[in-house]
Amino acid sequence: MAKEAEAETREYAYFLGCITPNRYPGIEAATKRILKEFGIGTQEMIGASCCPAPGVFGSFDMHTWLPVAARNLAIAEEMDLEIVVTCNGCYGSLQEADHLLRENTKLREKTNAILGKFGREFKGTTKVNHSIVVLHDVIGLERLKEAVTKPMTDVNVAVHYGCHFLKPREVRGHGSSETPYILEDLMQVTGAKTPEYKDKLMCCGAGGGNRTADSVQSLEWMRQKLVSAIEAGCDCMVHPCAFCHLQLDRGQTEMEQAFGVFFNFPILFTTQFLGLAMGLSEKELGLDAQTTTMPEKLLK
Amino acid sequence: MGTLYDELVDYGGEVFGREHLETLRECVQCGKCTGGCPSGRNTALRTRKLMQMALLDLREEIFNAPELWFCSTCYTCYERCPKGVKVTDIIRTIRNLAAKEGHMSVPHRMIGVYVMKTGHAVPIGPDQMKLREAVGLDSQPPTAQKHKDQLEQVQTIFKTTGYDAMIDFDWDTMTLKGMAKK
Repeated sequence: MAKEAEAETREYAYFLGCITPNRYPGIEAATKRILKEFGIGTQEMIGASCCPAPGVFGSFDMHTWLPVAARNLAIAEEMDLEIVVTCNGCYGSLQEADHLLRENTKLREKTNAILGKFGREFKGTTKVNHSIVVLHDVIGLERLKEAVTKPMTDVNVAVHYGCHFLKPREVRGHGSSETPYILEDLMQVTGAKTPEYKDKLMCCGAGGGNRTADSVQSLEWMRQKLVSAIEAGCDCMVHPCAFCHLQLDRGQTEMEQAFGVFFNFPILFTTQFLGLAMGLSEKELGLDAQTTTMPEKLLK
Repeated sequence: MGTLYDELVDYGGEVFGREHLETLRECVQCGKCTGGCPSGRNTALRTRKLMQMALLDLREEIFNAPELWFCSTCYTCYERCPKGVKVTDIIRTIRNLAAKEGHMSVPHRMIGVYVMKTGHAVPIGPDQMKLREAVGLDSQPPTAQKHKDQLEQVQTIFKTTGYDAMIDFDWDTMTLKGMAKK
């Protein structure tokens, strides 16, 4: 009971990033709604920017990437709250920056000299949490299960972890990146099955500036991944990353333009899928406003 | 000037620690990185070859290789390397050195333009504001794009580190030099 009481008064600083609030606000609405359902508050981070994208800005100039990320961390530190995110890019960027700045005093001094120009400072007093870990570890599978009103027993979900939720494991700390379990656990509380499929651990193809470098080539990785999920009998794909969502959902329109086939394979962020299982409507979760359409099976 | 290896250790070492980059020396060319690479399945990227090129000091060849930019930074090679070579971070460091010497495509430069202009790599527009309202959220999130004073802080960072000069950003037109609409 004590643990439950603690969870009920918890507040997080919600780091929105770019794609969640600016392309798929359904992910933001679903996440805020579900956390609130379990007594967890999300506070806005006024003035937060792009995380910035770790594989992009980290690839171009890590000495710009780091202070931009540190500024975002400092905003949460000023709020005296831990961070929660809904994108693996944001998770990767902020958690890696936090890790490097805590370990390396010289780097911290250099970064703070820049932040000092506008009166901010990285202190190392926040923590970067992924929303699906909050669901799994803070709310817990038991309480989630109790809230399911529309079991998904006849649904096969292709779980897609994305890359930067799990890797590098020495920074992320979620155990083996080859045998993850958090998404499977979260799907199973709804009664859904999570079949193994060939390209389950494969990247969506978008990261590291690859989508920008050559979009058709990056869509080809995704095409292979979706085909392997469909061949395994999956009805939809569920993931923890807004950036993967952009590639996997809107990318299906681009795939149609590039390859002439529209898969219409449903893509859902984890809290959108859980939202359906908890009786929220397609509209409330923003699922009626994306490229891929939801089958009756998920909406019944 | 030292070798590319020395430059990688100096530059990347400042962020990740020198030992992290020095793992490049451990590469035994086993090819496990290449075997598990989702990009290598579809592109000319051969991770093992990149590592060897870096060790052989093939500076211009590696900076000019288009496949240098086909790594999605998925970290599969990093996780699996039996010798503990920090492959992905080595690739990111090679890219940093290449970018500093002007090897950066216009679409890649444009991502920086969006962030300097709005605070976001993917900014919001009027259509997306309607999507937000439809799910009961405020039409604009309280991020750097909404708050000018906050955006200026982000711009200060880009000016201080010289990222603006690196991509040829023009503060008068708020886009790349020579790209402004006439």
